Amino acid sequence: MESDTTVQPPKTALLVLGCPQVPVQTSIALYLVSRFKKAGITPIIAGNKAANTLLVVADPDRHYLGEVMDLDRAVAQIMEKKRDFDRCFVFIHNDAGISYAATMNAISKAKLYVLVYGEHQEDLVQQITFPCTKIAAKAVHNPMPLKKAIDEVAPWAA
Amino acid sequence: MGCVEALNYEILIRDASFKECRDYIRNHFPESIDVEPGFKIFDVHTIGVPPIAVGLDGDFVIFPYTKPCHGTFLLRVQDAEESARLRALKKGLK
Repeated sequence: MESDTTVQPPKTALLVLGCPQVPVQTSIALYLVSRFKKAGITPIIAGNKAANTLLVVADPDRHYLGEVMDLDRAVAQIMEKKRDFDRCFVFIHNDAGISYAATMNAISKAKLYVLVYGEHQEDLVQQITFPCTKIAAKAVHNPMPLKKAIDEVAPWAA
Repeated sequence: MGCVEALNYEILIRDASFKECRDYIRNHFPESIDVEPGFKIFDVHTIGVPPIAVGLDGDFVIFPYTKPCHGTFLLRVQDAEESARLRALKKGLK
C-alpha cells in the first residue's frame, strides 16, 4: 500500500543582521542559530560583510552557522521570487534597521519578528507600525536582557 | 543584483533617516513618485518604509539608498532612460 504522507522540507528562518557596532547582535545571532537548529529549523544569516565576518570568524568549524549570505543578495532573491523563508528576524538598533524590516514585511511571506535593542530601543519601537512581533530590550554590551525577551516569546516554538 | 557603485551618483544627503529622505524629495523636487520597498531603480532594490518617494527633476532621478551601518543616502543620478521609465510608470499609476 502506498503511503500518502509527504516529506515537508525543513522550516527556515532568515536572520537579517544590522550594523555590528552594537555588540549584542553577534551573540544573539549565534544564540538564535543554536535554538533554531535544535528545533529543526534551518537558520540562514544575511548581513553586510562586517556583520557576517564577525560570525564566521567566531565559528570557524561551523558548529553553529549554516548558510551565510550577503544582505543585498537575500533581498534580490526574495524580490525575484527565487527564494523565501518561513520566519524572518530583523536586528534593529538604528533607522536603517527599521528600513530593512519594513522592506522584509513588504516583500517576503515570512512571519516577521523584529529584535530591537541598543540605547534608543524605545524610540525605535514606537516607529515600527507595520505588522510584526516585537522583541525589545535595552541591551548594548550585555545580551542577557534581549535573550530573556526572546526566551519569553520562544520564536523557535511558534 | 545591482551595485550602486556602478552609477555616476551625487550624494545629496548622507546618514539620514528614511523619513528625512522622503520629506526632502517631496519638498525639493518638482515631481516625485511613490514606490514600494524592493522596487528596482537602475539595478538596485530600494530599501525603506513605504511609501518610498523617488524624485524626478529633468533627466535626474533622486532616490534613497540604505546601508546598515550608514543610514540612508539620498542619491542623484542623471539618466534620461530611467527618468522616462519612472515618469511612464507614474502616468500608469494615475
